[in-house]
Amino acid sequence: MQSKSFIIETLQGDTGGRILIAVLLASCLIFPVFNLFVPESSVFHISTYLVTLFGKYLCFALLALALDLAWGYCGILSLGHGAFFALGGYGMGMYLMRQIGDRGVYGDPLLPDFMVFLNWTELPWYWNGFNNFGFAMLMAAFVPGLLAFVFGWLAFRSRVTGVYLSIILQALTYALMLAFFRNEMGFGGNNGLTDFKDIVGFNLQSDVTRAVLFVITGLILIFVYLFCRHIVKSKFGRVVVSIRDAESRMRFIGYKVENYKTSVFVLSALIAGIAGALYVPFVGIINPGEFAPLNSIEIVIWVAIGGRSTLYGAVLGAILVNYAKTRFTAVLPEVWLFALGGLFIFVTLFLPKGLVGFFSDVKEKMRKKA
Amino acid sequence: MSRFSKMFEGWRGERQWSAFSPEINSREFIDLSHGTLLYLENITVSFDGFKALDKLDLYIDKGELRCIIGANGAGKTTMMDVVTGKLRPDSGTAFLGQTVNLLNMSESEISEVGIGRKFQKPTVLENFSVFDNLELSLHADRSVKAALFARLTGEQRDRIEEVLEIIGLKTERERIAGNLSHGQKQWLEIGILLIQDPYLLLVDEPVAGMTVQETERTAELLTSLAGERSVVVVEHDMEFVRSIANIVTVLHQGSVLAEGTMNEIQEDPKVKEVYLGSTESSS
Repeated sequence: MQSKSFIIETLQGDTGGRILIAVLLASCLIFPVFNLFVPESSVFHISTYLVTLFGKYLCFALLALALDLAWGYCGILSLGHGAFFALGGYGMGMYLMRQIGDRGVYGDPLLPDFMVFLNWTELPWYWNGFNNFGFAMLMAAFVPGLLAFVFGWLAFRSRVTGVYLSIILQALTYALMLAFFRNEMGFGGNNGLTDFKDIVGFNLQSDVTRAVLFVITGLILIFVYLFCRHIVKSKFGRVVVSIRDAESRMRFIGYKVENYKTSVFVLSALIAGIAGALYVPFVGIINPGEFAPLNSIEIVIWVAIGGRSTLYGAVLGAILVNYAKTRFTAVLPEVWLFALGGLFIFVTLFLPKGLVGFFSDVKEKMRKKA
Repeated sequence: MSRFSKMFEGWRGERQWSAFSPEINSREFIDLSHGTLLYLENITVSFDGFKALDKLDLYIDKGELRCIIGANGAGKTTMMDVVTGKLRPDSGTAFLGQTVNLLNMSESEISEVGIGRKFQKPTVLENFSVFDNLELSLHADRSVKAALFARLTGEQRDRIEEVLEIIGLKTERERIAGNLSHGQKQWLEIGILLIQDPYLLLVDEPVAGMTVQETERTAELLTSLAGERSVVVVEHDMEFVRSIANIVTVLHQGSVLAEGTMNEIQEDPKVKEVYLGSTESSS
């Protein structure tokens, strides 16, 4: 009962959020039901391919939510969120790798295939514990969070902001990509981690597992949305927005700006890590390509197109752009990057508040006319 | 050497190590037994050889309303930067009361200990209502944890109402600060300072761009604040300075040229010489 009133209070005055949550809840019901219980011959059948695809989009939406919290609300234009996402993904990947056990090509009960291939005889120390699901999930969030904390603590204390911060974060994700490409790192190098078999005992390839994963991802997205919304509405959220708009004013009012920025950044990285961990079971692979600097820039584009500083705008942007990407790359793969770049320029020039801002402006105009 | 130390100037983290020395940067330690609130002694600040402040000595008494005038580049804003912790002077000392050394505190700590600053350009939290502006500025725990779980108490609500009354924005409380008029923003910013219960208010050009009526109201507001707290006003508008100040300090090339009542200042031969009679023409 109390949790119900909490949700109502959190969503007060947030029409977009209410619609979003309704849609998400509905898809959590529709996707599995129409996938599992409607026969394949029926027009209403939703293929496993679609379930997986939209499951992926939900992970991206979670990632966009994370970036929006940092960028839209605190003004930290992070061009390194891909790194937090990928680190979370590696956390899940390591767990799934250990779950393969002796079913790998080389049949080694302890070592993953790529380690046997490299003639390693024992498991590197940092792979210990990853056979435990809880521990692996904790790490998937904790490691990105720790990285964000160390980075934020140093950067915000030295008052690194704006373009410099963005560029350093690009460099960070690039450096991590190069590091993870190396075989000696013990994360599968170039090939990354793949060939997963099952997750907490359930076969990853089965339709039911996929549907359940989809529902879990959807529910986590809803939960994180409510959580972010609650944060944004609290005094903390208002302080953060004020830091974005008038940093020195807040400093002179007496707020320790660096502590607030670090907190938001860490929170954002945690969410990005969770998104990465959820993403890996859907796609079945995690490799250093996820650290590519371009990925981090794409996240920014999702949020910009959807509408910055509205949480549901970020979610909408992530899903729309990725759907367009799937469609486009199937028909005209070589045009996609141009289309994305063009879209970004168009949105920046003509829709500075993104699609969500555009729609609310239109609504405002209609109301004035009426 | 100076180049080398400049390199680390942006590295604010070093100040944290002052935690090893005894902490006397909280309000309880302020000692005003001598009646003087702010001591600035021998302060020198130079930018690439240009001395913005040159061995400046300035004392502000408890409850005083002091106006500081001076031409552009006389060091008025630099002086405020030093007091609020934005700038570290090359040499000199700055104390609040007898005990609190301002020179090893950060901006937020200085604000916490009771020095509020109004910027030249009105700077309010544009996205929030007048009420929210004051709520966020309330003298309260500034930590992240406290902000996450903060709820307004009745006492705090009363305090906000009180300040709304003082700055004359009671009817505007729900308006978004960004939509206020220029004068109202200035008042709101004064309210933002006021609600932190500061000992010292530093006010940079409060009446720039204001209408005559607004200027009058601001003068009333500032004079009513002095007494309980000290107010330092930097202003170009001589008419305004004459209307509010008992004592005026004239800054010139980074140090104090003259100090006294407005009439004394205008008769001062040094001031006349520097200003070539410009103070007379504008009064």
